[in-house]
Amino acid sequence: MKVVNKGINKLDSMSLVTGKPVYTDDIAPKNCLTVKILRSPHAYAKILNIKTETAIKVSGIECILTYKDVPQTRFTNAGQSYPEPSPYDRLILDEYVRYVGDPVAIVAGIDEKSVQKALKMIKVEYEVLKPILDMEEAIDNNTVIHTEDDYTVNFDIGNDVKRNICCSGGFESGNVDEEFEKCDVIVDEVYHTKANNQAMMETFRTYTHFDYNGRLNVISSTQIPFHVRRIVATALDIPKSQVRVIKPRIGGGFGAKQTAVSEVFPAIVTMKTGKPAKIIFDRYETFSAGTSRHEMKMKVKIGADKEGNIKAISMYTLSNTGAYGEHGPTTVGLSGHKTMPLYNKANAFKFNFDVVYTNTMAAGAFRGYGATQGIFALESAINELAAKLDMDPIVLKQKNLLEEGEVLTAYHDEHLQSCTLNNCINRGKELIKWDEKYPYRRISDSKVRSVGMAIAMQGSGIAGIDIASVQIKLNDDGFYTLLIGATDMGTGCDTILAQMAAECLECDMDKIVVNGVDTDQSPYDTGSYASSTTYVTGMAVVKACEKLKEQMLEEASKIMKVEKDTLEFDGKIIYNKDNSITIDRLAQELVVGDGNCLMASGSHSSPYSPPPFMAGFVEIELDIETGNIDIIDYIGVVDCGTPINPKLAKIQVEGGIAQGIGMAMYEDITYNTSGKMKNNSFMQYKIPSRLDVGNIIVEFETSYEPTGPFGAKSIGELVINTPSPTIANAVFNATGVNIRNLPITSEKILMEMMKK
Amino acid sequence: MQIKCYINGRLFNEDIEPDMLLIDFLRNLGFTSVKRGCDTANCGLCTVVVNEKAVLSCSVLAASINEKHITTLEGLEDEAKIIGELIANEGADQCGFCSPGFLMNVITMKKELENPTDEEIKHYLSGNLCRCTGYMGQLRAIKKYLELGKDGE
Ligand code: FES
Ligand code: FES
Repeated sequence: MKVVNKGINKLDSMSLVTGKPVYTDDIAPKNCLTVKILRSPHAYAKILNIKTETAIKVSGIECILTYKDVPQTRFTNAGQSYPEPSPYDRLILDEYVRYVGDPVAIVAGIDEKSVQKALKMIKVEYEVLKPILDMEEAIDNNTVIHTEDDYTVNFDIGNDVKRNICCSGGFESGNVDEEFEKCDVIVDEVYHTKANNQAMMETFRTYTHFDYNGRLNVISSTQIPFHVRRIVATALDIPKSQVRVIKPRIGGGFGAKQTAVSEVFPAIVTMKTGKPAKIIFDRYETFSAGTSRHEMKMKVKIGADKEGNIKAISMYTLSNTGAYGEHGPTTVGLSGHKTMPLYNKANAFKFNFDVVYTNTMAAGAFRGYGATQGIFALESAINELAAKLDMDPIVLKQKNLLEEGEVLTAYHDEHLQSCTLNNCINRGKELIKWDEKYPYRRISDSKVRSVGMAIAMQGSGIAGIDIASVQIKLNDDGFYTLLIGATDMGTGCDTILAQMAAECLECDMDKIVVNGVDTDQSPYDTGSYASSTTYVTGMAVVKACEKLKEQMLEEASKIMKVEKDTLEFDGKIIYNKDNSITIDRLAQELVVGDGNCLMASGSHSSPYSPPPFMAGFVEIELDIETGNIDIIDYIGVVDCGTPINPKLAKIQVEGGIAQGIGMAMYEDITYNTSGKMKNNSFMQYKIPSRLDVGNIIVEFETSYEPTGPFGAKSIGELVINTPSPTIANAVFNATGVNIRNLPITSEKILMEMMKK
Repeated sequence: MQIKCYINGRLFNEDIEPDMLLIDFLRNLGFTSVKRGCDTANCGLCTVVVNEKAVLSCSVLAASINEKHITTLEGLEDEAKIIGELIANEGADQCGFCSPGFLMNVITMKKELENPTDEEIKHYLSGNLCRCTGYMGQLRAIKKYLELGKDGE
């Protein structure tokens, strides 16, 4: 391979790193109205009265909208494929507010000052209702969070909204109870992962305007332009054909922008006023009125015989979707299905779940999407099982590990066609010097150094649902334009897709032009989420390029007057033993006279979602007097199939590990007793700085996935999954205490040590 | 109120509100490399240089820069390209939103610290958050950048 599997620089690198105006707010016209939201101070309340008469008189105010002014069609903000799995439980503005931060009124004016002033002058009278703040109290509570009669779900998701259940379900293969009977050792524990904030550096932002055809243009920092088109059209009750969505460069997403958090607000202002409008969420709003990772409590039971052969695994997950059901029904499944298959040799698996509403900020998508939570629970339980068996956790894991060629019972019976996880473990073990360092070494009176490890999996796209289409055209100078609907959010997907096209068409990267997403121009793509871009969109690129090559051969054979199958293509010329034509010449001939402008499209969707794998290892230094942890080294060894661009893949891993360290050690959204978020800024919600992540070392153990482009699988989400269980394991190895409640803080460690 | 200042060497005479922040002043004038990432002076995205010193433009009133010299990344294009290239070579540019503020601080650090250790680099830049890259690639790039001057480049 000439271009694929090479560490090529990102196409947009230079404009991004040198601060060019490429993000939404940099390109928004100056005459946009400023849009701001009045938000609920109550966790649950009914609006009895809103007075806007004085506020509207503030000079510069163009419009103030309340629940009386918005269309009454419920929708979901979740960016997902048809039929949308998340309940239709939202209005742009609702008579009921269901969490502190829920929108009450939209104010638009000529500048920030006038809007701020008007916001203060709106008078709202609420009937305050009793909120549910603890997810364990949600089911069958006297408080019902969604009482509206136009609440709908698109298909059976085990919804029982009167009982605050957004979704429920389960699966069993084999008979776990029978298997547990036969086990010598059983671990049965509950693990609790918290709501985290994606904390991408660019907050939510959108601007909207009418174009010369009177259509609503939405320019937004989003991962899901095509879903945004649908969501905005549904919310505003206008035809989808009236909406065009454009995605500029994005300052990070991590799943936050897989939900249409900001788009509807300026959109409705533009609809009502006819004027361009812009909303920029501040950091407080981005923390407290976006979506978080789903908080989950997972009860895990694992049984094994004395030799450490795992017989059965059962899991029950309770997931908190907050006030709205965005991504509620879809994240929860991953906590079981993208964890238990790691130990595929077990005879029986069982997985049940409930997803419940509470009066906290809605949960949504965040890198890892449920698998991250499940991996913390399952891997912690496996590490505890190893301790009970008095075995090295690595030995236990390798003994029970899934293997290439197996059918994964707990993973929709998918056939595992590529897996080098065992090599990943071996390599990581070597890099961290496990045999020397396990379980711990005392380095002073108060300091202990210990190691810990965990393994993880994810998927590559959503099997049978995600679809990507691309188009590629040959231009008159022998270069190509690649049109994609996948959204580069800093991940470099424009670059890796261009690499694949260049590989197929045997040309240099500079012959491929890639365009950002514009729903009027770009071919449909479900969007960049679920680790789908490399695997699903990549395959569509391969298909489109193959077709285009065939067309070029066909046209060349007509011009050269020879049989097509005598011809060869080498990227620069098309030739047979007697004759040849350069691609440039061919391209020019095709745009004159009775030429034929060539363009090919390819669509792809996969019946599989092949899992990528990772082994994570950590060495920590723990102060046994204070419980303080310092990360010394973090090793990640990854099987993502063929890394299309090893350099970009490596940064994905390093970045994912850093985020995972934050989740493991301090990121924890908390609420006060009346439901107000306590940590809605970087002051109170700490994310890792460069002082906190230790030394991160990354390697790849390449495998070849036959159903992926050039053997590739996904990478983006997998890499956040190992730090929580890995660090918990290291803490256990240092102190003998198990922290089953994230984050793993020094207070919790000390408290548990004191109990011993 | 009226203020007079130099931005990237060019003179500006502007009429501003007394409570306007420097970040908004600069962005309004088209210096959009200056980014805002927080409301609490914690992210470093808005870093610019005022009279040789790196400051958070979100925490300074525009009124206070009267008669001063301000540099944004737009004014350091050549230097930005050099560091940018090194970062890109490491693959350490993801969304890029943290880049301008980060680069401003790296450039100031190069002037202030002589042969810094890894730890000193990390401390100096600890106020520049990045949610994408995990910081390692940035560190590799900065070390190469600090090496550059040494062989007279
Ligand atoms: S905007 Fe975050 S520190 Fe200035
Ligand atoms: S590259 Fe995205 S925040 Fe640093």
